[in-house]
Amino acid sequence: MRLTGREWWALIHGMVLGGLFLLAFAGGLAELYGLRPRMATEQGLQARIRRLKIGTAAMAVVTWLTDITGTWIVYPWYRNPAPGSPRSRLLASESTAGWHEFAMEWKEHIAWISPILATAVVFIVFSLGADLVHHERARRTAMTLLVLAFASAAVAGLLGALITKAAPVT
Amino acid sequence: MTAKPDSGRRIHDAPKPEGPIAAAVLAAGAGSAALGLLTTLAEASATVREWLTWSDAVGPLSGKTTAAVVVWLAAWLVLHLRMRTGAYETRRALAVALVLIGLGVLGTFPVFFQRFG
Repeated sequence: MRLTGREWWALIHGMVLGGLFLLAFAGGLAELYGLRPRMATEQGLQARIRRLKIGTAAMAVVTWLTDITGTWIVYPWYRNPAPGSPRSRLLASESTAGWHEFAMEWKEHIAWISPILATAVVFIVFSLGADLVHHERARRTAMTLLVLAFASAAVAGLLGALITKAAPVT
Repeated sequence: MTAKPDSGRRIHDAPKPEGPIAAAVLAAGAGSAALGLLTTLAEASATVREWLTWSDAVGPLSGKTTAAVVVWLAAWLVLHLRMRTGAYETRRALAVALVLIGLGVLGTFPVFFQRFG
């Protein structure tokens, strides 16, 4: 029941930050969806905007942290040229090489689209604030970018989980 | 790209210009497209791949992702300065950004970029 330092980092990268990301995305999307004139009262608007700012900012920060820890801390252990590294183990057999050549190759790149889009959403939310309720175009734009940020992170997260199952970083 | 006021806006509110929002959306698209382009270029050219290897431990991914972030921030700064006071429509910016994001996703898709290897 002991985890190595590398396993701790893989856990932080995939599970802790990934879980926070899902939570922040769900909150942010629900608040953005409900931010319409007929669904928002003046009284509740300020609280909604505060929750929206916290949710979207948390999602962006978590996405950046996930990508930075993944690329700069966990990934070097994965791609180490030593025969025991996950990449070497996957490439050693034709039956598992696809996990690196397709899954990891896509995951390591597409993940970086997510924080860029999430940051744009944060900018929209913070620059318009409560005025977002009257900016239907901006609200829909923010929702679209938020969903795309989630989709790119979801692809990376799912592939990461499957790769870890096939060849974990230890 | 002239904006019309959104329906439902309160009369006493001065409309906030959508230029800065359109700039942020377009820049996000540019950053995504840059990531796709750099990923494909790194596969196509050993020279580019070597140039993008800013860290031996991380490999070319270090340069691809950092350069894409730099392109995104530079594009955002330039677009923001040009569009901050203008009446631009966010929907048009989103349409352009979606095309750029699509190109970014395509460029990072292994089945596509490995054709250039």
